[in-house]
Amino acid sequence: MLLIPCPYCGERDETEFRYGGQAHVPYPSDPAALSDAEWGTYLFVRDNPKGPFAERWVHSAGCRRWFNVRRDTATHRVLGSYRIGAPAP
Amino acid sequence: MTRVDGFGRVDRRAPVAFTFDGAPLTGFRGDTLASALLAGGVDVVGTSIHRGRPRGISAAGAEEPNGLVQVELGGGSEPMLRATEVELFDGLVARGLPGRGALDPTPDLARYDRVYAHCDVLVIGGGPAGLAAAYAASATGARVILAESAPELWPRAQGERGPVRHAAERLAIAAETRVLLRTTAIGAYDAGYVVLAERRTDHHAGEPPPGVSRERLWHVRARRIVLATGAHERPVAFAGNDLPGVMLAGSAREYLDRFGVLVGSRAVVLTAGDSGHDAAAVLAAAGLEIATVADARAGDVVCAADGERRVTAAIVRDAAGAERALPCDLLLLSGGWSPVVHLLSQAQGTVLWDAGAGGFVPDVLPEGWHLAGAVTGVYDHDACLAQGAAAGAEAAAAGSPNGAAAARPAEPATMLWAVPPPAGRDWDEAYVDQQRDATVADVRRAAAAGLRSPEHVKRFTTIGTANDQGRTSGVLTLGVMAELLETPIAALGPTTFRPPFAPVSFALLAGPDRGALSDPVRTTTIHPWHVAHGAVFEDVGQWKRPWFYPRKGEDLDAAVLRECAAARESVAMMDASTLGKIDVQGPDAITFLNRLYTGDFSTLKPGRCRYGLLCTADGMVFDDGVTMRLSEDRFLVTTTTGNAAKVLDWFEEWLQTEWPELRVHCTSVTEQWATVAIAGPRSRDVVGALAPGLDVSREGFGFMHIREATVAGLPARVCRVSFSGELAYEVNVPAWHGLALWEAVWDAGQPYGITPYGTETMHVLRAEKGYVIVGQDTDGTVTPQDLGLGWMVAQDKGDFVGRRSHARADSRRPGRKQLVGLLPTERLPEGAQLVLDAGAAVPVPMAGFVTSSYDSAALGRPFALALLEDGRALEGTTVHVPLEDRTPTAEVVGTVLVDPEGTRRDG
Repeated sequence: MLLIPCPYCGERDETEFRYGGQAHVPYPSDPAALSDAEWGTYLFVRDNPKGPFAERWVHSAGCRRWFNVRRDTATHRVLGSYRIGAPAP
Repeated sequence: MTRVDGFGRVDRRAPVAFTFDGAPLTGFRGDTLASALLAGGVDVVGTSIHRGRPRGISAAGAEEPNGLVQVELGGGSEPMLRATEVELFDGLVARGLPGRGALDPTPDLARYDRVYAHCDVLVIGGGPAGLAAAYAASATGARVILAESAPELWPRAQGERGPVRHAAERLAIAAETRVLLRTTAIGAYDAGYVVLAERRTDHHAGEPPPGVSRERLWHVRARRIVLATGAHERPVAFAGNDLPGVMLAGSAREYLDRFGVLVGSRAVVLTAGDSGHDAAAVLAAAGLEIATVADARAGDVVCAADGERRVTAAIVRDAAGAERALPCDLLLLSGGWSPVVHLLSQAQGTVLWDAGAGGFVPDVLPEGWHLAGAVTGVYDHDACLAQGAAAGAEAAAAGSPNGAAAARPAEPATMLWAVPPPAGRDWDEAYVDQQRDATVADVRRAAAAGLRSPEHVKRFTTIGTANDQGRTSGVLTLGVMAELLETPIAALGPTTFRPPFAPVSFALLAGPDRGALSDPVRTTTIHPWHVAHGAVFEDVGQWKRPWFYPRKGEDLDAAVLRECAAARESVAMMDASTLGKIDVQGPDAITFLNRLYTGDFSTLKPGRCRYGLLCTADGMVFDDGVTMRLSEDRFLVTTTTGNAAKVLDWFEEWLQTEWPELRVHCTSVTEQWATVAIAGPRSRDVVGALAPGLDVSREGFGFMHIREATVAGLPARVCRVSFSGELAYEVNVPAWHGLALWEAVWDAGQPYGITPYGTETMHVLRAEKGYVIVGQDTDGTVTPQDLGLGWMVAQDKGDFVGRRSHARADSRRPGRKQLVGLLPTERLPEGAQLVLDAGAAVPVPMAGFVTSSYDSAALGRPFALALLEDGRALEGTTVHVPLEDRTPTAEVVGTVLVDPEGTRRDG
């Protein structure tokens, strides 16, 4: 079980959190301007690296805040966390 | 088999009576069932799973592959326990098993609980190295947990003193240190997370003390972990090696040291290293006659064992190949040692083959892990103590692990896996996995079939899949394979280790989360009335909602027809408190809601409400509900009962991650309000009587308007919304007034025969009007347009979540399933498939399916809603509904079957 450092509450067990997929995939500013293929990419295509990965988590059984975590998907090592809006380290 | 004076730590003044296979026997306090059986001369404990071979005790701990017993406990029995791990108590009743047991069908009434614990250092294993580590860590003031599977810490031999004994005694009283006995680490996970199973009462005679759980699951999060799990001795595969009387050499020594039991009178010892000699020397000093020690390093081996129900002779083969039979009643094996690396491997550590240690030893450690003792392939007592002390100190200081491999022998160990059988004997008698009755012949068959991977051989032979998880057979199988394939064992590598390390009961994993505690039950403040009036409940999410209110002799169908008729002809009432309610407020609330809902709320005036749809970004309907605008910047959003938490999460996700600049706050107020829906032509009379100050007239209180009013003397918010098509009011009061309001409505409605109705009637009434239920008439692949709700999708307000997807080619293609009404020849089962041509060739193309189906009191006939390909274009045609034994037909019609003009809505 991961130990996730919530930027607001500190380290907590993974069971207090919900996973939110890849981070830094912003909602397109003008969806109508996108082609079907571009929109489909936004909807359905995400990275799946073996190694460091920036992902979103929400502390659903705690402060209920969303934030980003960098985690190594191969080792499960949590490399750090940062608030929404902060640049990826 | 005898007890030897001067050996063992059992209490000889405390005899313990027990029963095995119906025979009364006696042991001593401190015995295990295995040691007492050995002392009592019981050779055969059970029979093997496939071949029915007699099997006895062959080891002293968790690695025992035989010796499986079923033990009677208070109120039931427990199968598949190892006799080596069952502590003896007065009155214990056990029986041997034929390789498998049977679960006791009586309910398990014992308590199981769990504890979450945190520590600086978790030491797994209370042998010399683990004790030294825990002692060193504890001495620094660190918070330490020491987990040991056995009922006592090392040393277990009588009279042994010295630094280890001292450490054990000090740890028992040290501050910030917790020693958990009878506690096995069953799983190791990320970031220092280890799960321990503690057995708390099974070693007691009689009923457990009140309030004490039978077993406890410890969830431990440790900054550092010291793995001191030791090593298991390996047997050797030769013909007849499964006979009772064949035992691991170290285990025979342990029976002497711990229990004072000499497990035979004349022994042949087969060893690949010094361990067999060491055990022989200790046992000989206690009176065991050693016929010979066959040392594989000199080329001497045992190639077969003779005997029927116990070994009677060993066939010893010397380096020149000469064989001779040596009479004996004990055959002791030491084929080397396998470090217990399971937990390390579970936590993603890696192992490698070490030729000097003759086993797989830890290589790359998980972060925060330290090692001590035999698990590193170091088998010297003093070296283990030194390693433990160093590891404990390093762990407490959060330092880096030292080089644990330093003390391993440089010289490659002599390996001894399988000994070819003598003439007249067969590989099929040379057991590798005794619990699975798998032999060297099975491994040879797997190799002959072309299998090269240990994972494949494991699955082909089932070796290592029994409840001992291959503790004595796993590495042995690799050794046999390496010889067969002429491959270095290092290249084969061990099979993957997964939790649990030892068998664990589902009851322990469930802990207290059983029965009524398995999931929270939510009830409304009006619930007691529903119970008192005989409601039948259904579960909606965690809520208990009245399903219907049967009168004497009524079934569901009869009750629902009556409840529906009351709502259409007079007046009926429902507890709608479970609907999700979210208070959305802030200067940007209108912007926020317009970005999520398909409709345009900017035209909604304060004091009015409107039905809305939520879509996910892929354009599919996600939830629906009525939104009230309470003031310019404050809204009350309602959601479906089961989706309330999901919708709030959805709101928060968009607010926090995409639109943090919006000044909006969302709060769940579901449980702050109680809601009574009053529906039917006489509802105006009922509400008017309860709220004399409220203008309830058709002109004074329009559809989809909201009024703050006093209803039955209570502060209330009244809405003119209808989920039935009838004139209807929803009265909302603070939750604690819910029951008072309900009872007042009930009393005021008596002149009109007011009828309480449940969710089933609600479903029928709404379906008659074509109102969808998200999750019943939709399944995540349905757009608003598919539902015929395209009019709810604003075209001119700018972007909202889901809009772009409505323009995708797939969302606009012909052939999408659309919501339609059906008038069938009989009531259809929900989920029934629809086909256009009943005579079409198989496989008949499926054109759609029934989503909702009821009998209608208003229509006097059955009807249904369905999703049907190009359904709206098929109105007026007939579809076929193939059922198991018949194929009724149905006419495709519009979705609004009752009052299509909407004249009843305003009374």
